Amino acid sequence: MQLTLWTYEGPPHVGAMRVAASMREVHYVLHAPQGDTYADLLFTMIERDHRRPPVTYTTFQARDLGGDTASLVIRAARDAVQRFQPKALLVGESCTAELIQDQAGTLVRGMDLPVPVVPLELPAYSKKENWGASETLYQLVRTLLAEQVPAPGAPRPARPPSRAPRANLLGPTALGFRCRDDVTEVTRLLALLGVEVNAVLPLGASPDDVRRLPEADFNVDLYPEVSRATASWLQRCFGMPFTRTVPMGVGATRDFLAEVAGLAGVDAAPLLAGEQSGASRSRLPWYSRSVDSTYLTGKRVFIFADATHAVAAARVATEEMGFTVAGLGTYSREFAREVREAAARYGVEPLVTDDYLEVEKAIAAASPELVLGSQMERHIAKRLGVPCAVISSPIHVQDVPARYSPVYGFEGANVLFDSWVHPLMMGLEEHLLQMFRGDFEFGDEAAPSHLGAPRAAAAPSPVLPEPSATDANIPWSADAEKELRKIPFFVRGKARRNTERFAHERGVGTITLETLYDAKAHFGR
Amino acid sequence: MTDLSVPPAAGACGEGAVLRERGQREVFCGLTGIVWLHRKMQDAFFLVVGSRTCAHLIQSAAGVMIFAEPRFGTAILTDRDLAGLADANDELDRICLSLLERRPDIGTLFLVGSCPSEVIKLDLAKAAERLNARLFPRVRVLNYSGSGIETTFTQGEDNALKALVPLMAESTARQLLVVGCVADIVEDQLARSFEALGIGSVRFLPARRAADLPGVGPGTRLLLAQPFNGETVRALCARGAELIEAPYPFGAEGTAAWLGAAARAWGVAQDRLHAVVEPLAARAQRALAPHRERLQGRRVSFLPDSQLEIPLARFVARELGMVPVEVGTPYLDRQMVAAELPLLPAGVRLSEGQDVERQLDRLAVDRPDLTVCGLGLANPLEARGYATKWSIELVFTPIHGFEQAGDLAEIFARPLQRRARLAV
Repeated sequence: MQLTLWTYEGPPHVGAMRVAASMREVHYVLHAPQGDTYADLLFTMIERDHRRPPVTYTTFQARDLGGDTASLVIRAARDAVQRFQPKALLVGESCTAELIQDQAGTLVRGMDLPVPVVPLELPAYSKKENWGASETLYQLVRTLLAEQVPAPGAPRPARPPSRAPRANLLGPTALGFRCRDDVTEVTRLLALLGVEVNAVLPLGASPDDVRRLPEADFNVDLYPEVSRATASWLQRCFGMPFTRTVPMGVGATRDFLAEVAGLAGVDAAPLLAGEQSGASRSRLPWYSRSVDSTYLTGKRVFIFADATHAVAAARVATEEMGFTVAGLGTYSREFAREVREAAARYGVEPLVTDDYLEVEKAIAAASPELVLGSQMERHIAKRLGVPCAVISSPIHVQDVPARYSPVYGFEGANVLFDSWVHPLMMGLEEHLLQMFRGDFEFGDEAAPSHLGAPRAAAAPSPVLPEPSATDANIPWSADAEKELRKIPFFVRGKARRNTERFAHERGVGTITLETLYDAKAHFGR
Repeated sequence: MTDLSVPPAAGACGEGAVLRERGQREVFCGLTGIVWLHRKMQDAFFLVVGSRTCAHLIQSAAGVMIFAEPRFGTAILTDRDLAGLADANDELDRICLSLLERRPDIGTLFLVGSCPSEVIKLDLAKAAERLNARLFPRVRVLNYSGSGIETTFTQGEDNALKALVPLMAESTARQLLVVGCVADIVEDQLARSFEALGIGSVRFLPARRAADLPGVGPGTRLLLAQPFNGETVRALCARGAELIEAPYPFGAEGTAAWLGAAARAWGVAQDRLHAVVEPLAARAQRALAPHRERLQGRRVSFLPDSQLEIPLARFVARELGMVPVEVGTPYLDRQMVAAELPLLPAGVRLSEGQDVERQLDRLAVDRPDLTVCGLGLANPLEARGYATKWSIELVFTPIHGFEQAGDLAEIFARPLQRRARLAV
C-alpha cells in the first residue's frame, strides 16, 4: 500500500484510452465500474476534444457481481461494434474488473466479431499510464501486422532510388505534451531532407495506417515512453531502424537531422552547414547570444518531467540557455537509466520518484531560480514563489495553447526560449530589485513587471518551513538576520543553510554579519 | 409568492411512467464527494483505500491542486496487498498512523471504501475499530463506501453522513437539523433566517468540525438541504427524528416553501413568517427577473448526474419559465423528492439510470436549447451545436437560498448568453 496525495500518472487503462482516443476507427471496450468514466473528461476538458473518447464502459454494479458480469462485457462489445463499426476493437479491464477475473479480452475474442480484437492485459496494481499506452500501442501494432511479419532473417528490400525515403512518426498521443504541433514541426524537418512521412501513429491514425507501417524505411521514435516498445518490435521483426535523438532544442534538432539523414541515406551536410549560429532556422541561438540574455547566465534550474522531456530540457538549459542544472528527475521509472546518466553529466543527484511531496522537498532544498516541470511542479513552484514553465505531461488545460507551439524542431526551440524566459525577471529589473530592496514598492513580493499577479499569492506551504542545515540551531544575531533578509528570496533559503552549515563546521556560537559574508566567500556561487 | 402547499394541478408529473434505463452510465462514483466534504469538515481527513484509478479520479474531478497536502489521499493497493489480506490490514494501519502523526490537526479520519477494496472484501469497519482502539479519543476513525459499484457521484456524501449517525448522542431536545452539505456562507444565511423566525436550536449536518456532532432523538425534526442523503435521513428517522416534507431551497419560491415548512412545524405565526420571508423572497425575485426574461420558453434537458436534477428542473420550470424536456436522475428516491415530483410540469420525461448512447440518441431528437450534463460530455455536445451546462458546477457552487437564487439562474443563463455574444 502506498499513500498518494497527487499522482503523476493515471492507471494503465488511461494510457490505453490515450491511444484509442488518438486514433480513428478504433474502439475500446473497457470492463469497468461507472466511476471510471471520469477519464472521459481528461480528453474532453483538458484537450477540449470535440468527440468523446471512443470507449464503451460496462459500468457494472455491485448487484451484478453475484451474477453475470461477463455477459455485460459481451453485450457492450456487440453494441459497440454495431454502433461505431470500428476497424479494430481494443478490449481491456480497469483495476476493479481485473479483480473479478472475467477475462474480458478472451471473452470478446471468442465472439467471432467481424473486426480484429486486441485483448489488453494491463496490470493495474503494478503498472501506470505511460506503460499502459506503450503496451496498448505495441499490442495493437503486433495484432494488425501479424500476417505481414517476414520470415526471420529475410533481408529487407532496399529502397528504389526513384522513391523518396519514408519515415513513420511513432508516439504522439492525446494528452501528450504538445504532440499535435510537434508532429507538424517534425514533418517539416523531415521535408528539409526530402524524407516523406508514411504514417503517424497513434495520433490521427486508423488501423489501415497501422497496416502500412512497413512501407516506411525507418521509424522516428518521438516519445519513447509510448513508442519505444513498438519501434523496437518493428526493428526486430521488420528490420526497420529507428531514431534515438529527440529533436528538442537546436543542438538536438541538428543531431536529429544528421541521424535521420543517415537512416534515410541522404546527405545532411549542406543543410547543417547552413545551420550556423546567426543563420539558423531558429532564433534561439541569436537570442541567447544577444546581450539582453546575459542575465540568464548560470540561473539555477530544477527539471522534473517525463524522462524524454527532462533529459532534452537539461541539454537545452545548459547548452542553449546558459543555465545551471540544479536538479534533474523523472517520474518515468521505465526510463530512469537515461535520466541517471544525464544527471551524472550535470553533476546532480538524479531524483526518480512519483512521490509529489518528495519532489516538492527536493525543489525547496535546491532553491532554484526556475522550475521546468509538469503541471504538478507548476503548483509546487507557485507555492514556493519560484518561476516555472511546463515542459511535460501531466498537463492542464492551459498547457494546450490555441496557437502553434511545438517544443520539437527549430520552431520548438523558439517556443522553449520564450516560454522559459517569460516567467523570469528581466535582467535590469532584477538588478534594480536587488539594489533597492528596501523600496516600499519592491521587496520580496514584487513580481516581474510584465506579469500581473503579485507573488504574495504564493503562501509558502505550512509543511515546508525554511529548513535548517543542521540540528545545532545556531542563533543569528539581529544584524545578520536583517542582512539575510536583503538577499533575494529565491536564494535566501540556500544562503541561510550554507551559512549555518559553515558556522556549524567551524563551531561558531552566534552567526554574525561577518559569519554571513565569510560563508558567502566560502561557498561562492 | 406562490403557496406551494396548494395541491398541484391534475396531470402533473410524479405519478406518470418513469423511463428506466440500464446500460452504460456516465457518472462519477461516490468518491467525488470527498472534494467538497473535506472542505466542509475542517478537522477531517478522507483516506480512500483503493487503486491508482481512485487517486486519479479525485485529482481529476477536483481539477485544481490548491493544497500541497490536501486533507484527502489514497492508500493505493499494490500486488503485494492483493496477495495477502492480513498484510493489507497491517499496511493500512501503518499508513493511517504515519498519516496522523504528520497531521496532528486531524480529529476525524474517514476510511473510504472503493470498488477494489469492496471486491477484495477488505473490511474497513474492522480496520476502523482496530484503529479506534489505539487512537480514540484523540482521533475518531470512521468508514464508509464511496465505491462506484455501489454509489454514484453525490451518494458518497450520503454514505459519509450516515457513518456519523451512530455517533450522534441521544437527545430528546426539540431541534431542527438541516441535513446536507451547504457552503458556509449559505449556512450562515439560513441560520439567520431561522433565528428571525424564532426557530430555536438549529443544527447542521455535517457541522464544520466533524467532531462537533449534534444529538438526535424524538425531538429532532429534519429539513433537507440536499436531495441525495436518503440513507442518512432514514438512519436519523430510525433514531426518532421526524422528516419535514418540503421542496428544496432552490429559487425564491423553493426557499420560501422550505422555510415555510419549518415554520409550520415550529408553529411560527403566519404574520411573522411573511414578515421574515417576503422581503427576502422579493429581493430574490428581483435577481431572478432578468434571467427569466432570457430563459422563458427555452427547452432544457438534464442528464443523470448529481441527483439535483429533479429539484432544479422544478426551479427552472416554475421560476424561470423554462421547459424541461427530459429530466434524468441516476436513481429515483421517491421519499427524497416527494414534495418535488408533483411540482414538475406535466409532460416531462422522467428517466432513471442511464444508457448513455440511447440517451444521446434521444437528445438528438429532442434538440433542447440547453443540456445539463457531466464534464465528459459537455465539449463533445457543444461541438455538435448543443449549449451545455456542467452539472458539477451546480454541486460546487453555492446555489441554495434566497441570496443565491439569482446566481443559480445565472448558471443556466450564462451558456446561452455566451452563445448570443459570440460572432465567431
